[in-house]
Amino acid sequence: MEYKNVETTCIYCGCGCGLYLEVLDGRVIGVWPDKMHAVSQGKLCIKGWNISAFLDHPDRLTKPMIRRDGRLVETSWDQALTLVAERLNAIKAESGPNSIAFLTSAKCTNEENYLLQKLARAVIGTNNVDHCARL
Amino acid sequence: MTETSLLAEIRQAVSESLDRLDGVIALRRSGTGVAPHLFQRGDDLSELVIEPKYPLMTVVSRLHKRFPEIRLGVVARGCDERAYVEMAKRNQIDPQRLTIIGFACTAEEAQECYCSQPYPQKLVVGQPAPAGPVNPLVAEYDALSREERFEFWRRQFVKCIKCYGCRNICPECFCEACAMEDAAWVEPGLLAPPFPTFHLIRAMHMASRCVACRECERTCPAHIPLTVLYDLMRRDMEALLGYVPGADIDAEPPLSVKLDKVPLRQDVGV
Repeated sequence: MEYKNVETTCIYCGCGCGLYLEVLDGRVIGVWPDKMHAVSQGKLCIKGWNISAFLDHPDRLTKPMIRRDGRLVETSWDQALTLVAERLNAIKAESGPNSIAFLTSAKCTNEENYLLQKLARAVIGTNNVDHCARL
Repeated sequence: MTETSLLAEIRQAVSESLDRLDGVIALRRSGTGVAPHLFQRGDDLSELVIEPKYPLMTVVSRLHKRFPEIRLGVVARGCDERAYVEMAKRNQIDPQRLTIIGFACTAEEAQECYCSQPYPQKLVVGQPAPAGPVNPLVAEYDALSREERFEFWRRQFVKCIKCYGCRNICPECFCEACAMEDAAWVEPGLLAPPFPTFHLIRAMHMASRCVACRECERTCPAHIPLTVLYDLMRRDMEALLGYVPGADIDAEPPLSVKLDKVPLRQDVGV
């Protein structure tokens, strides 16, 4: 029997609320707000309170998938990324860089978001970069 | 008693309890903050702290249900013990498998919490502080007309972001299915949630349960004075039904129906 709480930061948006993941024998069973957190001071929104819900969710993607003949099929990261790169290059060659848009996420870190806009602007050559909240 | 010696005495009591228990639930410094923890034999008790308070009886309940044999201790304030009393009555905690290591809150804490009993009945460490005052908002509310009261709550509840934090953090909210998530009672997709049903469902369910721990109000991101509502419920419970939630483990909650004693329908004996 091991019960502990692991301090972490909510990944759902840029506020960065503090919370603890409640862990019983290696499995996350709940969430406590971090009462001493400088930003959130023991308060969370509905997403923060439910941050652990996706961890073991059966719909969670755990492997890269490619849609073939209308069905999602498991594949390797190499194959998936190669396909994405080929298609982006082909679309860019055919219709120009502004035919492509990049949508990034508040669930990513600043650094990850930086990398995505770098990919959009420096590699593809478009300023079409937007955010999941405006999907 | 200074705060340091209070803490030292609590750690000592926990250390002694661990010789005969499977673990003790208490607060621990964890990362940059403080969170509930299960201390077991050999653990470093210098990390054990007593604030800021969390509803520790919820953790006891989860572990009692998951491990039907374990014997636990818990470092408890007055409100924790009151929460335990109402949870035990509703089969959420097994009293036979729980040792309460009770300590008294400070006079400042009692004031801040408007606490009428800032110490547990099973007081192990510390001296009882005087009760805190009644929340002054209660008297302000009493002076309002019925229409003004309605307006008061309408203005408060329109701030609600429907995080369910009040329910989630409440030690007395343990139903597996919650009426506040049931489309039959609360129309989904509305923000603020339907007034006044959303909050009054919870208020009615808290009658005979709310032990005035004030966790709901503390965790409310919208700063809704929820405990005023629950203080009023508690006052009516005592005045009308003579029941004080958390005071007496042998007192039957007046709103609970035990089917073995009171059949729902006499004719079929169900």
